[in-house]
Amino acid sequence: MFNFVALLNALPGSVAQGVLMGIMAIGVYITYKVLDFADLTVDGSLCTGGAVAVMLIMKGINPYVALLAAFAVGMLAGLLTGFFHTVMGIPGILAGILSQLGLYSINMRIMGKSNQAVSVDKYDLVVSLRYITMAIAVGLIFVVVVIGILYWFLGTEIGSAVRATGCNENMARAQGINTNVGKIIGLVLSNGLVALSGALYAQYNGNADINMGRGAIVIGLASVIIGEVLFGKIFRNFALRLFSVVIGCVIYFAVIALVLQLGLSTTDLKLFSALIVAVFLAIPYWSGKYKATHPAKVKKGGKTDAGN
Amino acid sequence: MLEIKNLSKTFNPGTVNEKQALTNVSITLNEGDFVTIIGGNGAGKSTMLNAIAGVWPIDSGSIFVGGVDITRLPEHKRAKYIGRVFQDPMMGTSADMGIDENLAIAARRGKHRTLSWSITRKEREKYKKLLSSLDLGLEDRLTSKVGLLSGGQRQAITLLMASLEKPQLLLLDEHTAALDPKTAAKVLALSDKIIEENQLTAMMVTHNMKDAINHGNRLIMMHEGNIIYDVSGEEKKKLHVSDLLAKFEEVSGGEFANDRMMLN
Repeated sequence: MFNFVALLNALPGSVAQGVLMGIMAIGVYITYKVLDFADLTVDGSLCTGGAVAVMLIMKGINPYVALLAAFAVGMLAGLLTGFFHTVMGIPGILAGILSQLGLYSINMRIMGKSNQAVSVDKYDLVVSLRYITMAIAVGLIFVVVVIGILYWFLGTEIGSAVRATGCNENMARAQGINTNVGKIIGLVLSNGLVALSGALYAQYNGNADINMGRGAIVIGLASVIIGEVLFGKIFRNFALRLFSVVIGCVIYFAVIALVLQLGLSTTDLKLFSALIVAVFLAIPYWSGKYKATHPAKVKKGGKTDAGN
Repeated sequence: MLEIKNLSKTFNPGTVNEKQALTNVSITLNEGDFVTIIGGNGAGKSTMLNAIAGVWPIDSGSIFVGGVDITRLPEHKRAKYIGRVFQDPMMGTSADMGIDENLAIAARRGKHRTLSWSITRKEREKYKKLLSSLDLGLEDRLTSKVGLLSGGQRQAITLLMASLEKPQLLLLDEHTAALDPKTAAKVLALSDKIIEENQLTAMMVTHNMKDAINHGNRLIMMHEGNIIYDVSGEEKKKLHVSDLLAKFEEVSGGEFANDRMMLN
């Protein structure tokens, strides 16, 4: 039975989840959109970030330092994928899958078992679902800082070279850009952010779980696509585009909360997400095909033509 | 300026598709040479340019540019010495980036890229002036995405990019072939202008015999991976399309059936 009140109660939690995982989605944006590289490392590196942070916090390390450490280890995960792809010549998707698989073992090694809990009662966590408003505020600060840094970095000479690598490798190489380095920089940065997001998300939930990253890439892609579909026409500025990805992620979690209230079981969620993302990925393809076979009719006359 | 010695390249060796694209090609370009290259399909024209640019490793031989051995350098490192314009107008520019951003990337060809801003205000002013010299109305669209431009405009910008940081060698690989005749003539005139103003050493592959004769100071004809004709100076100026046709028929055994070769 649909319970509207229960949905309203669930919404703040969805917003918090969306904001924290939004940083992961920004990471996906860097590989998928800027670098034109479908990087599946994400499913592994999200958990790596959570695992590193939780284990360090349990050892008494400052949670903010733990976040930085998670970011650094995530960067290493990206480096591994970059190594597979550029040095070993493995196709991008496969390189990501190999990293993801390998990271499962590494994540288990870091945690020692499949789930490690950190209680907000015992540790001074950065975010926690106990304090949702606070979690949203802190998450938004992280989002703003991350977007600011990315906006700066992609505007630098090196960042511009990374963008050119993703846009046109031929052009990049002809202009003296080492496209292998460009790809590695993008992958390293992206997975660092994904791990940072995982570290925040694990603290929010009070535990790191070996399965926490499963399907993360799909959530990331969904956020990127939802953000683009809803705000692509309005937001031209790069920083705003990145922010629209975070909004996309919030909407994703809100929709998930809604379908859960509608009675979908949690185990069916992944199928639901996969199908939703599949449909959204198909939209540009279908609309392109439709436009090719149904050329727009040019209307003559009227106000719009008067100035021409 | 450019010295190629015994350059050989075979594609797909050991398979049914094996193709010897270049056979012991040697050529030396002097500083300021503008060489036009003609030849039938599969003669090795583009292959030679790609070998110089380092798109793939060569089988044997050596390539020197300005006295530097670049034979084993990867493509992006050779870019320090070489400017390139491709046949496909999409290939030389980044569609999702602005005109100014594309130019700024090209301005840093062969230089160390740092964490300073990818483009400065001073540069924008300079690019604006350069673009207005193209006379394509692009100076008012400095930050427009290159993807919104026409093929001719994109080739013009690629030409600017190739020459912004003066290259020791400019490679033009049929860079007007994908354009309509009027635009092609414009881009060709611009190529001439840029080569002359910057006193560049250049190689231009073309299918148009008349263009090959009217541009540059030297002309080479390739056939089956070899340079079979090399003419320069006064002798080249006196050439007629009919001379080239005769030469071509001579080497290809009288069989002149190349629909891509333009006669006028």
